[in-house]
This record gives sequence, C-alpha cells and structure tokens, in this order.
Amino acid sequence: MNDAAKALLAPAKWRPWEIALWAAIWAVPVFLGQHAALVNEIAILALFALSLDLILGYTGIVSLGHAAFFGVGAYGAALFAKHVMPDPLLGLAVGTALGAVLGLLTSPMIVRGTDLTRLMVTMGVALVLLELANKFDGLTGGADGLQGVVMGPLLGQFEFDLGARVASFYSLSCLFVAFLLLRRLVHSPLGISLQALRDNRLRVSAIGLSVPARLAGVYTLAAALAGAAGALLAQTTGFASLDVFDFHRSADVMLALVIGGAGWLWGGLVGAIAFKVLHDVISAFTAQYWTFWIGLFLVVLMLVGRERLFRPRQWFKRGGG
Amino acid sequence: MLTLLFDGIAYGMLLFILALGLAVTMGLMNFINLAHGAFAMAGGYILVLLMQKAGWPFLACLPAAFVGTALIGALLERTIYRPMYGRPHLDQVLFSIGLTFMAVAAVDYAMGSSQQNVQLPDWLRQRFEFGTGAWMLGMGAYRLFIVVSCVLLALGLQAVLGRTRFGSRLRAAVDDPRVAAGLGIPVDRVFLLTFAVGSGLAGLGGALGADILGVEPTFPLKFMVYFLIVCAVGGTSSITGPLLAALVLGIADVMGKYYVPKLGAFIVYVLMIAILLWRPQGLFSREGKR
Repeated sequence: MNDAAKALLAPAKWRPWEIALWAAIWAVPVFLGQHAALVNEIAILALFALSLDLILGYTGIVSLGHAAFFGVGAYGAALFAKHVMPDPLLGLAVGTALGAVLGLLTSPMIVRGTDLTRLMVTMGVALVLLELANKFDGLTGGADGLQGVVMGPLLGQFEFDLGARVASFYSLSCLFVAFLLLRRLVHSPLGISLQALRDNRLRVSAIGLSVPARLAGVYTLAAALAGAAGALLAQTTGFASLDVFDFHRSADVMLALVIGGAGWLWGGLVGAIAFKVLHDVISAFTAQYWTFWIGLFLVVLMLVGRERLFRPRQWFKRGGG
Repeated sequence: MLTLLFDGIAYGMLLFILALGLAVTMGLMNFINLAHGAFAMAGGYILVLLMQKAGWPFLACLPAAFVGTALIGALLERTIYRPMYGRPHLDQVLFSIGLTFMAVAAVDYAMGSSQQNVQLPDWLRQRFEFGTGAWMLGMGAYRLFIVVSCVLLALGLQAVLGRTRFGSRLRAAVDDPRVAAGLGIPVDRVFLLTFAVGSGLAGLGGALGADILGVEPTFPLKFMVYFLIVCAVGGTSSITGPLLAALVLGIADVMGKYYVPKLGAFIVYVLMIAILLWRPQGLFSREGKR
C-alpha cells in the first residue's frame, strides 16, 4: 500500500475517542434514566442534523427546507400507525421510504442553479408541503395536529413508556445505525467523490464522474434519513403537527449542525447535544427571548469564523477568508 | 375584479420597494441578506413611534423612517456586515438569520408582541366606488398613494443607477471590485452608501405599508420568504426584473387569497418553484453571469 492510499484510508479508522464517546452516549440512558426524554430529543435532532451534514457538509448543497423530509416522515409514520399498523419498525420504514421518494422527486430541483436558487427551491418545497398539510386537515388534523397515534410495542415486547426510556434506546439505535452507515459511506470512493464535487464540480465532471447522478443519490439518501428522524419523532411522541414542516425546524437543524461543525460526522451529534443543552440553559432564565441569544451566538460564530471557533490558537492570526 | 387587481398592484409595488434593497445587496454585492426584513420592520416601528409618541404627521414620518433605517443600515454595514462579504453563502445565510432572530426578540422585548396600530390621515382614508369587494374598497386612496409613490421611487432609482456618476461607479464596483478600486473608485464607500440606501428603502417600504402589512415583531420572518421570492424570481441584475416579479407576486397573492383562501400561499410557492426550475437564474437576468 503506498502513501497516498494510506493517507486516504487513515480517517476511516475508528479512533479510540470515537469508541469511548459512543460508549458514553450509550451509558446516558442506561444510568441517567430520568433524562431519557431529553436523550430521545437529542438523538432525533442528531439524526436529522446528520442527514443535513451529508448534503451540506459533504456535498455542499445549501438547504433551508430540510424540514420537508422530516415532516413527510413524521406524518407518514403517524398516519401509518393510525390507519394501517401500529408496529414501530414498519412505520419507521414507511417514513424513511416516503422521505426518500420525496428526495428523489425533488432532487432534479437542486441540481441546477445557484446557491440562492437552491435556498429558495428547498425552502419552497417545505412551504408547499406545509400549506398542503394545512389544506388537507381531514387527513393531517390541520393546525390542531394529528392525534390518536398509538404505537405498538417495539419488537413486539417493549412498550413505549411515559419516561421515554424505550424511546430513547430506540432513537439512539437508529442514530447509531445511521452513523455507522454514513461513516462507511463518506470514506468510500463514492463519499470521497462527493467531497471532491463540493470543492470543484467542474473537475469532478472532467474526471468522468456524473455530477447530477451523485447529487440526486446523496440527496435521496439524506432525505431518507431526515424522513427516519421525522418518523422517530412522530412515533416517540405519538403526535404529528404542522410544526414539523415549519421554517424554524429547518433553521434549527442547520444551526445545530453549524455549532457542531459541518463536514464531519460528529458535527451533527455534537451540534445536536450543544444545541439542546444551550436551549435548555437559555430557556431556563429567559424563556421568551431565547432566540435573541441564539441569534447573537450565530452572529458571533459567523464573525469569528466557523472553522476557527474550536481552534483558539488561530483567533489571533488574520483570517484568510 | 378590478379592485382586486388594483390591490394586487399596490401590494406588489410595496413588495418591490421592500425587496429592492435586498436585490441590490444580493445582486450587486453578492450577499444573501436574510435580515432585510428586520430593516423593514425598523422602518415600520419608527413610523409608529413617531406618530404615536411624538405626534408627527404621516407624511413627515416616511422620510424619517427612511433616514433612520438608512443610518442603522450604515452603522451595521460598517461594523458587522463588511467582514461577511467574501464569505461562503452558507455563512452569510446563518449570519443574517442570527441577526433576524436578534431583531425579532429585541423588538418583542422592547415593544411587546402585539400588532401596532397606525392611524392614517383622513385624506388617505377616502373611498372610491368601484368593484364589489367588501372592506378593501375603503382603502382606495391609501393604495393609490402607495402605487404613485412607488412608481416615482422606481423611476428615480432607475435614473440614478443608469444616468448618474454614482450609478456607473456602483455598477463598476459590482462587476469587478478590484479593478474598480484600481481606477480610483472608493469601492468601500460606494458599497456603504448602497447598503444604507437599500436598508432605507426597506424601512420606507415598511413604514409605507404599515397599514397593509402590519407592524409586529415577527414581521421579518413572515415576509422574508416574499422578499426572497421577488429577488430569486426577478433576478438581481436589474430593477425591472424585481419590479415585474413583485407585481406578479402581489397580484397572484391577493387574487389567490381572495378566490381560494384555503390554499393560501400555496399558489405563490408552486409558481416560484416552477419559475425557478424553468429559469434558475431568475426570469429577467442576464445570461451567463458568474
């Protein structure tokens, strides 16, 4: 094996700290059962952020409408449980599949155009779905939300409890599986070609790789994961409302991802944890105006520079832009 | 029918004035400023404060809203916007979303979350009898005033951009800032002035439309999508593009809400996606730019 191959393979190895971190994450719901609900929320947000990371951090597609897939997954899973079958895993599959289908359908929209066009189109898709969900309130419950979703036991034996312990393990497992999957993907030749595509599309197409096919594929995969996150939310809370399509959901997940750092898989996880903790802490002393502080945080973060925040040594050097 | 069309035009004109500043910053400085709505909101609040607390007449408040917002814009451009110009679009989007969040929460804190009422002067509340609508008829004079002032503004801006020395400097600075700077054009100052005027226009639009659009803390988030649609659909390289896009949007929105109220903004969004798929650069943009 020559040096270049080694350099490419090096990041694919599991580091000791990664294994330790996962062990710590799994330990939280086991030993701190009273925080299971929070763990569940964080796991869902992390999965959502992970899917955004795949298209934003690795492929460079700017999206302000990622909630579209989240919402489709949530409504899909909730409706499936209500009308067809209460089994959680099947519902999860349905939510994931719906997200994937929507991703595939909308992927031609993100292949063309500039960043601004993509921002607008992705946001537009989420808004259209929000209006549709509002319009067909017979099916979705409209502004009141879809109620009466009762989930069956997980794997036929674990009932969802009020303390959300089962839910937290369920969501964490899904997050873990998705993490393993993506970790495999981003270090594969396909994943590396995605990063190359983010950095220079023209060169990638000059090498002879198909840019549109890669974009469509990765967008579909990310949409499927977002759908899974939505399905998890609907299943573990037994509720779906218009809120799942809301703009602030797309903005929140992007915020979480940016806090954690886009372009590495731990970014979604770290960001989701930081975001939820930040939310809890700020809400504790100023519940109504917490958006002010989150906004301030964003502004400062952007002024300092995303990449430099976690490298204090660089704070005093001049930024290269 | 005619009333609806007229209302749509007035609404569109208002959107045009509001979005114009955004089109300028986006097209000319290549900066995606989602916080633009915050400037419009600032204009609306300046108007409300001056009218309620200081008792100024409506007409005197409009220039005050323009000047006040332009000053805020200039200050922010100087201090925090400038470092963001060369950044990736994602950074700009997040930065301006952050600013918007701050503005919304700050106004909520200072002024309360309720909608502010605007007392229009009597001469703007005259009624014109045409059409068969219900409450929309009473607004005739006010909307006419909006249309007239917006047309004047658009003509004036077109003249400034196309005919004056400042306009040509601005266009030069936009096409290639480095060469323009090399030619002795004070690029920084041109951008500063442009940004200030753009924010001022947003403030003016917010003040002018205070009665139609409403003045409340969630204003920037509520109308952000509309401004962006105007810019994305109209293209950002000229004034006529956003103007036509704003008119189409205004008319479609008013008509859509009147005839199929349940679908709400659905039509507008679908229309936007369709247009953007058909012409990703916007309807009226120069081809092949950048």
